[in-house]
Amino acid sequence: MAGKIITISSGKGGVGKTTTTANLALGLAMLGERVVCIDADIGLRNLDLMLGLENRIVYDIVQVVEGRCRFQQALVRDKRFPELHLLPAAQTRDKKAVSEEDMKRVARQAAEMADYVLIDSPAGIEHGFRCAAAPADLVLIVTNPEVTAVRDADRVVGLLEAEGWATAQLIINRVKPELVRRNEMLDPDAIVNLLAIDLVGIVPEDPQILAAGTRGQPVVMTDRSPASQAFRDIARRLRGEEVPFMPLKEPSLFQRLFSSRS
Amino acid sequence: MKLLDRLLHRAPSDKDIAAQRLRLVLAHDRANISPGMLEILKDEIIAVISRHLEIDPAKVEVNFTESDRETRLVADIPLRTGRRESGRKSS
Repeated sequence: MAGKIITISSGKGGVGKTTTTANLALGLAMLGERVVCIDADIGLRNLDLMLGLENRIVYDIVQVVEGRCRFQQALVRDKRFPELHLLPAAQTRDKKAVSEEDMKRVARQAAEMADYVLIDSPAGIEHGFRCAAAPADLVLIVTNPEVTAVRDADRVVGLLEAEGWATAQLIINRVKPELVRRNEMLDPDAIVNLLAIDLVGIVPEDPQILAAGTRGQPVVMTDRSPASQAFRDIARRLRGEEVPFMPLKEPSLFQRLFSSRS
Repeated sequence: MKLLDRLLHRAPSDKDIAAQRLRLVLAHDRANISPGMLEILKDEIIAVISRHLEIDPAKVEVNFTESDRETRLVADIPLRTGRRESGRKSS
């Protein structure tokens, strides 16, 4: 049976799409799933860095699409989890080098060898987003508790509905429990209420995310922090497990002192 | 001062402000109509209704309501009362 194709999108840039993709890919691989990640952000390749696979890239998705290499040749295998593969974006090519049909074909090919195909969408709602979203069985929309990010998320939901593409589920990233408690930040309930789509995860703000990106080791594999736990929970929910949402915990004084030093 | 206001419920919280602004902007985005266009629409509705009924333009409200992802345009148009006996306007 072909694997499930999940696209990670957001509308707005900088909300944590690539971080989410990397963590869910590893989270699923850690649960024993076969995963292929596709970086659909042609020209702004970054998923390779997040996953720590940037030095092992030989070919990219544009070369696959243009028939200059075979699909299998372009896959970068993760040495930590041999069942995790990355199909890198091209770094020096135009977005138009890959069409919606190309992406559908590549995603289906990936789904034949994987349980989950995760497509990291570029920001925006133009061609790049459309290519990434068209093949999906499910679109995960990443947003932040900010008015701009929520508004853009709503646009993406609207576009998916208009096209009759996959249903959307929501991940709220960079939630600051302290600000939520003080009513200074949109809380997850309010955001779910406004967007009226199903919630699949709440990821608290976590200073470890920066270090994880720096080292190319997503938090889900190196750390027991709240964000790491949240990503592991989402990975399990994607597999259909019932996982209760953790209560938002504020960082302790110790954690705060520790994180401000690092 | 901000805290005192909040304790006395004098000011809405930042969370409330964010939710309120989003509710409005999402309604306009989803319906693909700008706030300015909605005002024009409202004026036109008032003009049409006024040809047949006596209304108070100042009390007319035209807004969006949302349930799930369905958007409705709701017009609340109070009729001028106490004039039922006077019949049609003689303009």
